[in-house]
Amino acid sequence: MKTYIAQRLAIAILTLLGMSMVIFALLRLAPGDIVDILFSAAGYVNPSEKQAILKELGMDRPYWVQYLEWLKQIVTGDLGKSYRYDLPAWQIIRPLIPVTLELAMLSILVAVVLGVPTGVISAVKQDSMLDYMLRVFSLAGLSMPSFWLGMVIILAMVSWLGWIPSLTYVKPTENFPVHAVQFALPALAVGYRSSALIMRITRSSLLEVLREDYIRTAWAKGQAGRIVIWRHALKNAILPVVTVIGIEFAFLIGGLVVTETVFNLPGVARFLVQAILWRDYPVVQNLVMFIAIIVILSNLFVDMLYGWLDPRVRYG
Amino acid sequence: MADRVPSVSPTMAGGPLDVVVRPRAERSRPNLVTLLARFCRKKPLGAAGGVLMLIMTLTAVFADVLQTHDPIATDAAQTLAPPSHDHWLGSDHLGRDIYSRIVHGARVSLIVGIASTLLGSVLGGIFGLLSGYVGGTTDLIVQRVLDILQGLPLLVLALVMTASLGPSIPNVILAISIPIIPRASRVIRASVLSIREMQYVEAARALGLRHARIAFRHVLPNTIGPFIVLTTAQLGSAILVEAALSFLGLGVPEPYPSWGRMLSVSAAEYAQKAPWLVLFPGIAISLAVFGSNLLGDALRDTLDPRLRGA
Repeated sequence: MKTYIAQRLAIAILTLLGMSMVIFALLRLAPGDIVDILFSAAGYVNPSEKQAILKELGMDRPYWVQYLEWLKQIVTGDLGKSYRYDLPAWQIIRPLIPVTLELAMLSILVAVVLGVPTGVISAVKQDSMLDYMLRVFSLAGLSMPSFWLGMVIILAMVSWLGWIPSLTYVKPTENFPVHAVQFALPALAVGYRSSALIMRITRSSLLEVLREDYIRTAWAKGQAGRIVIWRHALKNAILPVVTVIGIEFAFLIGGLVVTETVFNLPGVARFLVQAILWRDYPVVQNLVMFIAIIVILSNLFVDMLYGWLDPRVRYG
Repeated sequence: MADRVPSVSPTMAGGPLDVVVRPRAERSRPNLVTLLARFCRKKPLGAAGGVLMLIMTLTAVFADVLQTHDPIATDAAQTLAPPSHDHWLGSDHLGRDIYSRIVHGARVSLIVGIASTLLGSVLGGIFGLLSGYVGGTTDLIVQRVLDILQGLPLLVLALVMTASLGPSIPNVILAISIPIIPRASRVIRASVLSIREMQYVEAARALGLRHARIAFRHVLPNTIGPFIVLTTAQLGSAILVEAALSFLGLGVPEPYPSWGRMLSVSAAEYAQKAPWLVLFPGIAISLAVFGSNLLGDALRDTLDPRLRGA
């Protein structure tokens, strides 16, 4: 177990190192930098002035020096300074993290609550009308852009209820009901989409398990249907579902980029878009790195969960 | 390209060899109409998806004929007009006809979707073939590098790519195709790994064929099933990512009418006054993706039963 965790951690760190190189390189492909953007508004750029600013921001040094510097900062927990706001990057990012994490957690909750039961029903009633309807319902979720769904939800609330949730962020301590609604709507829009994948994998995994001998035995000895399905079958069918939930949690963050923009929530994802537009390298680098770390940690967590859910899995 | 054939059996050179390796080619195949009819009967949902995709393709091809107005012409007298006889789906804040813009948007979405899916799948397929066929250290290195690419959500990677390349149609295609590479490579590699162990591949190797020929002539054609399944499945998400990028203003630039961009311009400000600005482009995106998902699911069940439910 210990060697397994050590091994996985080593791989995770190597992957993150590779990712940091990719992110760093991608951002340097960009035509134009912060100085060009700052000056494009002014119209005229004095070359010597530009040079002075580049030097002040540390951007006149060779790329490899800048890269190593960044790595050193990550390791020491100092995330550098935002070019645009003239503030330490960490100070900008920190208040955004809880917003995104809360939204991601809520979305995955919606996805599981919606996806697992529909998947079970669909599998038990295989090829019935209900099964077809549930499958079309989930495929529809997979097909609608979650940001559009969010817009439609807002629109529907306005025209049917004549009421619109506040589009400026309210802290949970300020006004909890408003805060709850504010997060419930985007979580619903994003969660519906993720529930589709969870539903499909629950269905196919359960169908497979339901054909096994021990399930036939359970039926034969007269066990109640409810118990056969929820206790005997689902327990063994849940493993692939957990994998998908883990993967989805990581990939949810991609969907949040647009959803946070639609619902005007001050999260990591929305801020990423703004930082990209400003070519604020330290902020973009660190935000993308932060997302990468979440993805890798959630993968690691899912692997650990396996052993707990399925004692047959041995860490080798 | 002459094959190296053992000198003991000169008669096996050239033609007969290929016949031995691919006996299926000799069998008569059911014609296309029969196959299509069977597909429609067995997979009605898949057939419905196929019809949706066909409609979208025809719309994209005949956009110039189907339009009722110039999709980029503004009309100050007709801003935010509700759906009417003149403007079937209403007009936007600049008086541009929504219906004509959606019809032309099909072209942009389809071109970007298909081009990025094909580019990503072909590149990923080559990596997968190389990785799976050669194996060993090459496999290990290629897979770890692709792990890195796959570690980031598709949209985040595409976002960083378009941001650094700048918004233009070729750049958007490139940005969406890169995240598809690792996914495609996984699928092709897995199927190459099993094909590599087949007896006919062993036979080809025993006959002394060069590796490149075995890989491209004898292994690659047999991955076509998973490849088709993969591309149909990815097409939907490519269209979605394009919509999201354009929505954020980082995708297809003006003046091309793109479904995602139509949502961004209108979204916040005019949605309440003119809900048709939000509804119709979104419905167009959803139908297109729904169609490709339906078709992709049915094709997967038909062509590759092993992937069912994946």
